[in-house]
Amino acid sequence: MIGLTILGAVLALASLSAAVLALLARSTLVAVLAAGLVSLFASVMFLLLAAPDVAMTEAAIGSGLTTFLFIFVMGRIRREGTQ
Amino acid sequence: MTLVQISLATGFALIFLGLYGALSNRNILRMIVSFTIASTGVNLVLVAVGYLPGREAPILDTIPVASAAERITDPVPQALVLTAIVIGLGVTALMLAYAYRLFRARGSLDISDFTELKW
Amino acid sequence: MTTRMAIPLVLVALLGTVFFALFSSYTPDASLNLTASYYADQTVPETGAQNIVTAIIVTYRGLDTLGEVTVLFLTAAIVGLVLSQSKAPSAHAGAGGLPSGELLQTGARMLVPVILLFGAYVFINGHLTPGGGFQGGAIVASAMLLMLLADPAERFSHGLISKIESSAGLTYVILGLLGLLFAGGFLDNKILPLGTFGSIFSAGAIPLIYVLVGLKVGAEFSSILTSLEETEDAE
Repeated sequence: MIGLTILGAVLALASLSAAVLALLARSTLVAVLAAGLVSLFASVMFLLLAAPDVAMTEAAIGSGLTTFLFIFVMGRIRREGTQ
Repeated sequence: MTLVQISLATGFALIFLGLYGALSNRNILRMIVSFTIASTGVNLVLVAVGYLPGREAPILDTIPVASAAERITDPVPQALVLTAIVIGLGVTALMLAYAYRLFRARGSLDISDFTELKW
Repeated sequence: MTTRMAIPLVLVALLGTVFFALFSSYTPDASLNLTASYYADQTVPETGAQNIVTAIIVTYRGLDTLGEVTVLFLTAAIVGLVLSQSKAPSAHAGAGGLPSGELLQTGARMLVPVILLFGAYVFINGHLTPGGGFQGGAIVASAMLLMLLADPAERFSHGLISKIESSAGLTYVILGLLGLLFAGGFLDNKILPLGTFGSIFSAGAIPLIYVLVGLKVGAEFSSILTSLEETEDAE
C-alpha cells in the first residue's frame, strides 16, 4: 500500500514535469513528445488505480497514435513551409 | 496523501497546465498539444474518483463472483474513460486537420493572423 | 504583453479555487454505489463475461458504443474531406520522397504480421482479459502506421479500408437488431448461448460484437492516419 503510494507520487511528479516541459519547450516537436510522455505516465497511473483496460487504451491511443498524428501534420506543414 | 489524492491532484494540475497552455499560446499546434494534456488530466480525475482504496480491477478471473461487490473497484468510470480516450483521438485528429487547412489558407500557424471572426 | 499572460492566469486561478474545493472535501467511498454493485453482482449471471468493463461497454451500454463508433466514423470522414480539398504538395518535391532505411523496411516486414496477430488476440479476448475492440483496433492501426513509416510511397487501398469499415458496422447493427428479435433488447448478447464461464467461446455475442468493433475502429484509425500522412493526396 505504501509502495503503491510512493510509486504514484513518483509518477505524478514525472507526468507533471513532462507537462511543464510540453508547455515551456521552444520546439514544437519536443512539446509533442513531452505530451506523449504525459500520456505514458498517466497510463501507468491508471494501472495503479486498478484500471488495466483504461491503461491499455491510453498507452496505445493517447501516447502512440496521437503523437504520430501530430508528427504527420508537422511534416506536412514543414514541407509546405519550405516550398 | 493517499494514492487517490495524489491522482486527483495530478489530474487537476494537468487540467490547469493544459488550459493555461491553450489560453496563452499563439501557435495553433501548441494549443492542440495543450488540449491533449488537459484531456489526459480529465481522464485521470475520472478514474481516480472511481477508485476505492485497496480494491482490485473489475475482472473476475481470480475473484469469486459472490464476493465481487466487496473486492472490485467501480467499473462504470473506467468504461466512460475508455470511451473518452477514443473520442479524444478523434477530436485531436479533427483539430489537426483544421489546423492544416488554416495553414494552407494563410501560410501561418499564429492564431493572431486569423482575424475574420474578431469583432 | 503582461496582460496577455495575466488574463489566462487569472482565469485558471479562478478555476483552481473551484477544483481545490472539490479536491479538499473529497473522500473516497467505502463501498460501491448502487449501479456499480448491480454490475458487480449481475454481470456474470446475465452476460457471462469475466471483464465487467467489457460487459458494460458492449452489452449494458452497447447503444453508447454504437454511437461512439459512429462519431469516430464521422471524424474519419471529415478528416478525409477536409484534407482532400487541399491540393497537397507533390510527393517528389521534398524530403517525403526519400526511401526509409533497410533496417526499418525489413523490421516492418517481420513485425507487421505479429502486431496484427496481437491486435486480433487483444480484441478476441476482450471478454476475458483487459483489452477489447478499442485497444485491439488501435494496435491494428499501429501496424498500419509501421507500414506507412517503412514505405511512405506505398498506397493503402482506401476501398478495402472502407469496405471493412462499413461491413463491420452493418454487421454490428444487424447483430443488435437480432438481439431485439430473439432476446431481451437491442444489442442483447444472449442471441448466442452463454457457454462455460471463462472459456473463449462464452459470454454470448460479446466476443463477436467486440471483434466487429475492433475491425471498425482499426479501419477508422487507419483511414485517419493515411489521410494525415504527409504524401497522402499527392496525385
